[in-house]
Amino acid sequence: MERAAAYENDLINLKATELRLGLPGTDESEKQSSRNNKRSSSEMDNSCEKDEQECAPAPKAQVVGWPPVRSYRKNVLHQKNESDLSGMFVKVSMDGAPYLRKIDLKVYKNYQDLLKALENMFKCSIGVYSEREGYNGSEFAPTYEDKDGDWMLVGDVPWDMFITSCKRLRIMKGSEAKGLGCL
Amino acid sequence: MDPKLKKTKDSSSNSANSPDSTHSSFPFPDEVLERVLSLLHSHKDRSSVSLVCKDWYNAERWTRTKLFIGNCYSVSPEIVARRFPRIKSVTLKGKPRFSDFNLVPQYWGADVHSWLVMFAKVYPFLEELRLKRMTLSDESLKFLATSFPGFKALSLLSCDGFSTDGLKAIATHCKNLTELDIQENGIDDFGGGWLSSFSENCSSLEVLNFASLSSDVSFDALEKLVRRCKSLRILKVNKSISLDQLQQLLVHAPQLIELGTGSFQQELTPWQYEDLETAFSNCKNLQALSGLWEATSLHLPVLYAACASLTFLNLSYAALQSGELAKLVAHSPNLRRLWVLDTVGDKGLEAVGSSCPLLEELRVFPADPYELDLHHGVTEAGFLAVSHGCRKLHYVLYFCRQMTNAAVATIVLNCPDFTHFRLCIMNPGEPDYLTNEPMDEAFGAVVKTCTNLRRLAVSGLLTDLTFKYIGKYAKNLETLSVAFAGSSDRGMQCVLQGCPKLRKLEIRDSPFGNAALLSGVEKYETMRSLWMSACNVTMSACRLLAKDMPRLNVEVMRDEGSDDRQADKVYVYRSVAGPRRDAPPFVLSL
Repeated sequence: MERAAAYENDLINLKATELRLGLPGTDESEKQSSRNNKRSSSEMDNSCEKDEQECAPAPKAQVVGWPPVRSYRKNVLHQKNESDLSGMFVKVSMDGAPYLRKIDLKVYKNYQDLLKALENMFKCSIGVYSEREGYNGSEFAPTYEDKDGDWMLVGDVPWDMFITSCKRLRIMKGSEAKGLGCL
Repeated sequence: MDPKLKKTKDSSSNSANSPDSTHSSFPFPDEVLERVLSLLHSHKDRSSVSLVCKDWYNAERWTRTKLFIGNCYSVSPEIVARRFPRIKSVTLKGKPRFSDFNLVPQYWGADVHSWLVMFAKVYPFLEELRLKRMTLSDESLKFLATSFPGFKALSLLSCDGFSTDGLKAIATHCKNLTELDIQENGIDDFGGGWLSSFSENCSSLEVLNFASLSSDVSFDALEKLVRRCKSLRILKVNKSISLDQLQQLLVHAPQLIELGTGSFQQELTPWQYEDLETAFSNCKNLQALSGLWEATSLHLPVLYAACASLTFLNLSYAALQSGELAKLVAHSPNLRRLWVLDTVGDKGLEAVGSSCPLLEELRVFPADPYELDLHHGVTEAGFLAVSHGCRKLHYVLYFCRQMTNAAVATIVLNCPDFTHFRLCIMNPGEPDYLTNEPMDEAFGAVVKTCTNLRRLAVSGLLTDLTFKYIGKYAKNLETLSVAFAGSSDRGMQCVLQGCPKLRKLEIRDSPFGNAALLSGVEKYETMRSLWMSACNVTMSACRLLAKDMPRLNVEVMRDEGSDDRQADKVYVYRSVAGPRRDAPPFVLSL
């Protein structure tokens, strides 16, 4: 029991040693509300005359349904602001498979990760990439459609360039795949 | 019209009246009267006609084919079925408007199912259904799809309770569908497969709007659909459709009158860009354009060729800057309606003022409603600029962070024909930022100058004076929206006593209490509805109102943890159907 209490104490203390921007003793939420309450000087006189609601430190966003913007519109605009945080989902098709899959390219760190994931997802063996022979030696070749609409072999360009230009993936099978290997 | 059918008139409609009901004092035979009345389309005219005498009432009810019900609880399906035997098109509106802003809890009601059941029995040849703020389930949609063989048009705006599975049922079963218009609904999106459910024989679509759905649809299915629906005139796709896909669609449908694009951001090759430009310039009939998600200055020029004929441009989902808007409107001299985000700033609105002399409607939405930084968005300057250049302006919805009385006075002098004036100063209780005075004089100027004003939404710091002005001058006012305004009961009383045509009054967070509520006792039966939330009304006053006025439904919803005596949300509406029978436990029908 004692150990548990000590552990909890440590957690509390961690906050004190936490690296943050801001003056010691201020809390993140306080900072936010003071930022939201910034008013031009001409408004300062008025704000005290108005009723207590206005002087409350809570951010304005807490008034339900105000400003009167429809939920749909609010959600769309909100998504727009958050779109940088969303994943980079692309469709993956495999010749002969009855349906497609979708994967988030942002999740993988490099080609090795990606290929392994594809192998697991489609229960196939893709093999190892070589610049000269592509994926020769395997029945499958991973290809992707780039921004120009061309079908390229996965692995030729640096990983970062690949994830920004890849629109969708296709795992080619059989003779078509072998054809690529001979390029 | 089969005369034999007609003679067996419903006995209840001839109830207490004259025995000589077949011998009309009116010189024309029924057939002629009905022929004439069948040419009447406005439901207001038809209402007037039905009040003339019993014969006219009957002739009107036999010839009415379009039903408009502004409040689904004002009447019941049974009453409607008894009165109107021949309905082909129904428009039904449900929840109070403030439900759009989350002020009405979920499961409040306005479920369409009981209506559908009645329609299936009495109107098997129903063709159109338009719902606004109603709740409907996938089961209801399936029921709709399978119960009406001639069903043609479905329009859902701000509805909730259903998913894309319901849409699938519509696409699958409605073989003669001409219109599927899905707008801004609270819908569960389980994927775009519903679009692929349209049969390959379906070629009757004229209107297809799925812009507000988020998931991908099969482009292949969409393309084939667009190709075979030669009468398609309105097409609004969703974000999943890319620019090059849009180009392919436009090639098949140059006859479009209204277009909603998909995502407007994509890396295009020079050929693709040119193809897109050509596709747009081939759309010679384009009058309305919307969508344009993520549009930037890179791709907007492809639109220029099509802009010349545009009368409606909806940029409210494209965060354009002033320069981008300026260039776009410079090519759109025929614009009548423009919707934008406030990212365009006052400068963008100046460009509108100089480029669009025919503008009649302007809506400026806030890109970031909770942002308090005054450096973003639009101010009184933008509104002024538009009013200087667009003298025909009669509809405005304007979200801003600062306004002055003087600016509004000038604006209405420039544009005295406002019929709809909705000004939203986003900080509640914000005064005139130059003088620090209330915004009373601004709205006073609006109601004094704009004698045709039908709809008004007020905001900013307002005393009872605003409402005195409204009561005194706004003689054509039908809809009034009030928030965080007024000083005492007197304000609301002035409006109730002074506005003869008032139909809808919605008030939130204002200091109006029991005296105000009860001063409108006789007025409410002449109105569609009254909404009051977070005001000073108590349960006892509501009960009194309910007792005195049996033909009014008085409903109260209480907030969690509030005093038992407070009536936090009050919804009063006239009804011939009596109290709701489907009210959930949190809606108290008094």
